[in-house]
Amino acid sequence: MAHAVDHAPSHDEHGHHEQSFFLKYLWSTDHKMIAMQYMFTGMIMALIGGFFAYVFRMQNAFPGMAVPGFGMVTPADYNMLVTNHGTIMIFWVAMPVLVAAFGNFLIPLMVGCDDMVFPKLNRLSYQIFLLSAIVLVAGFFVPGGGFGGAWTAYPPLSAVGKYNLTPAGSSFWVLAVALEFVAFLLGGINFITTSMNSRAPGMKLYDIPIVVWTIVIASMLFMASVGPLIAGAIMLLFDQNLGTGFFDPGKGGDPVLWQHLFWFFGHPEVYVVLLPTLGIVAEIMCVFSRKKLFAYKTVLYTMFGTGILSFTVWAHHQFISGIDPRMANVFTITTLLISIPIAEMCFVYIATLYKGSITLSTPMLWALGFMATFLIGGVTGIYLGTAGSDIYFHDTYFVLAHFHYTFFPIAIVGTYAGVTHWYPKMFGRMLDETLGKLHFWLTIIPFNCIFIPLFFLGLWGEHRRIYSYELFDELWKYQGIRQFATVSLCIMLGAQLIFIFNFFKSLRSGAVASANPYNANTLEWQCPSPPPHGNFAELPTCYRGPYEYSHPDRKEDFWPQNQPA
Amino acid sequence: MTPIATSRSTAGLPTGTLGVWWLLASEIVIFGGVLCSYIMHRLSHGWWAAEAAHTNAYIGLTNTFVLLTSSLFAVLAHAAAERGDGKLAARRLWYTIGGGATFLIIKSIEWTIEISSGMTISSSSFWSFYYTAAGIHASHVIAGMIAMSVVAIDAAKGKFLHRVENAGIYWHFVDLVWIFLFPLLYIAK
Repeated sequence: MAHAVDHAPSHDEHGHHEQSFFLKYLWSTDHKMIAMQYMFTGMIMALIGGFFAYVFRMQNAFPGMAVPGFGMVTPADYNMLVTNHGTIMIFWVAMPVLVAAFGNFLIPLMVGCDDMVFPKLNRLSYQIFLLSAIVLVAGFFVPGGGFGGAWTAYPPLSAVGKYNLTPAGSSFWVLAVALEFVAFLLGGINFITTSMNSRAPGMKLYDIPIVVWTIVIASMLFMASVGPLIAGAIMLLFDQNLGTGFFDPGKGGDPVLWQHLFWFFGHPEVYVVLLPTLGIVAEIMCVFSRKKLFAYKTVLYTMFGTGILSFTVWAHHQFISGIDPRMANVFTITTLLISIPIAEMCFVYIATLYKGSITLSTPMLWALGFMATFLIGGVTGIYLGTAGSDIYFHDTYFVLAHFHYTFFPIAIVGTYAGVTHWYPKMFGRMLDETLGKLHFWLTIIPFNCIFIPLFFLGLWGEHRRIYSYELFDELWKYQGIRQFATVSLCIMLGAQLIFIFNFFKSLRSGAVASANPYNANTLEWQCPSPPPHGNFAELPTCYRGPYEYSHPDRKEDFWPQNQPA
Repeated sequence: MTPIATSRSTAGLPTGTLGVWWLLASEIVIFGGVLCSYIMHRLSHGWWAAEAAHTNAYIGLTNTFVLLTSSLFAVLAHAAAERGDGKLAARRLWYTIGGGATFLIIKSIEWTIEISSGMTISSSSFWSFYYTAAGIHASHVIAGMIAMSVVAIDAAKGKFLHRVENAGIYWHFVDLVWIFLFPLLYIAK
């Protein structure tokens, strides 16, 4: 990494001294360095997850042929690949990049302080996270191979070695997930406490940029929902290794208990990753439409409301797990209710864009792309939240396409929006706009080509997690559609090379970025690019809200938060 | 090397105290998950009463008493730290740690008796919950003892006296969890 973090005007006790490579990159307590660690670890994991998707989609489209770069895919391989694709993309890509990397990078800069309140805890958080990633990957190489019981790990398949045939791999998997949760709990405590206690003088609650709020609310949701699953992970580990019977009806346990523990966390988790992306999109839309965020307070209350509601919807994942039909009615109602605040957020963003002075820069394209694709994910969710239709759709490709239409915009589109927007601040250079736009279109078009056909396959009754459809006569005739989706996937994965090339090329030879290249208001743009150790030469004081764009009384169309009136 | 961020107090609470409260918030849901699962199973499995009859309420009661007494010393240590008397605060923290150690010793004697009578973690789902819930709690007791001994060593030198309160808050939480576990595991026959 070419960006030296400490050629800064020396700041109090943070003197100007050369740190060793180890201290600087691996043992750093600087929030920006930890953000980079999270981001690069997340991106490496994304490459693994993407490769897995390529391999199992190839098997799906061309069964029985050796996959270039992998070889023959056995049924056990196929199970392991789909399981770990899901696990990696949600727990080791979306969480570290959206919550941990952006949270670490943005919160201290945006609230105007020099670091997180608990820097050592922050370092420990990353180290535990790295350990969890190593444990997960190590689990692929143990005897029997990696865990293949789906990313939701329902017992008894996940609990009993002679059913899943990967007794060691499944324990590694559970352990890795539990460690990862501990890492994000530590990180979340840091985010919340920093935003509560270390804001710049004058920054009131309604002056906090919305993306900081979203990451804080996401951390609270995570904190309040993950506990039962940590307990559940311990129970599952004991069931696997000590012969307990938490999930074994033969010993007085209950397999549905795991589903409750898992989805009590699993559904709020959707909002844990959604909220930071909504925040990133809000920041980008305000900057590139030169308008105040429409209804700041409403957005804030809506997000809290969404967070609270998200704890009451989890059993819509279990409509066919034998839960009481009367309970299914209750969860149908709460699930349909939660689409109201999210729809409201979409309208708020459209209102923010309305009559704005819009620049279609790369980050703005990603932000608009998020809105367009996430909308499809949201609308198709209505069918799955309703018990009557979900019983038919359950475990089909319709479900799969639906949640990829939510998670892909959240985790991939949202990440690209954030990275392209804050790249000048992170590395002090501008990204290439032409390559950026090319990358955008070559990602968003193939993405739709992959998953729109899968909606139809699901409607026609195609079940998920099937190794090969050769023996299903009524489904085999759709093989051309599967091949179309797989080819689209290969194009999309190939297009990511453009981003990687652009990222490293701009790091070396991009135009040097000024402190505030977009004329933005929030505090992170008021310190040098990249920010030195200690961030601000003089810690800022805050005078106004974050979105005072195009104020009628001013000549410039922006009004930084730290500028005295 | 402490950043300026750590010394700020926009919300009006010291940063360390705020951090401990959020830590407890996350711990509450972990124990909440275990206890809710336990209660749901308990209500739907009448036969658990016969298993639960084997637990020894007298040992449980003794342990409750030990843990509550240790919490009293944590409060007294906080009072001493407020007055700036680091030495006394440290001594009282060591009494608290002693209480935690006594609790663990009694617990291991109790478990030894039960395991040697054939009631192990894999005997039935009641015993799975019994050992897992109490075991997670015991690991928190150990963590609290380690944290408190670090605080006590500093406090004896008069350093970081504000941490005595934070250690105490955590210890009261560990105590409170046991207050829930004791009736659920021992009294409800």
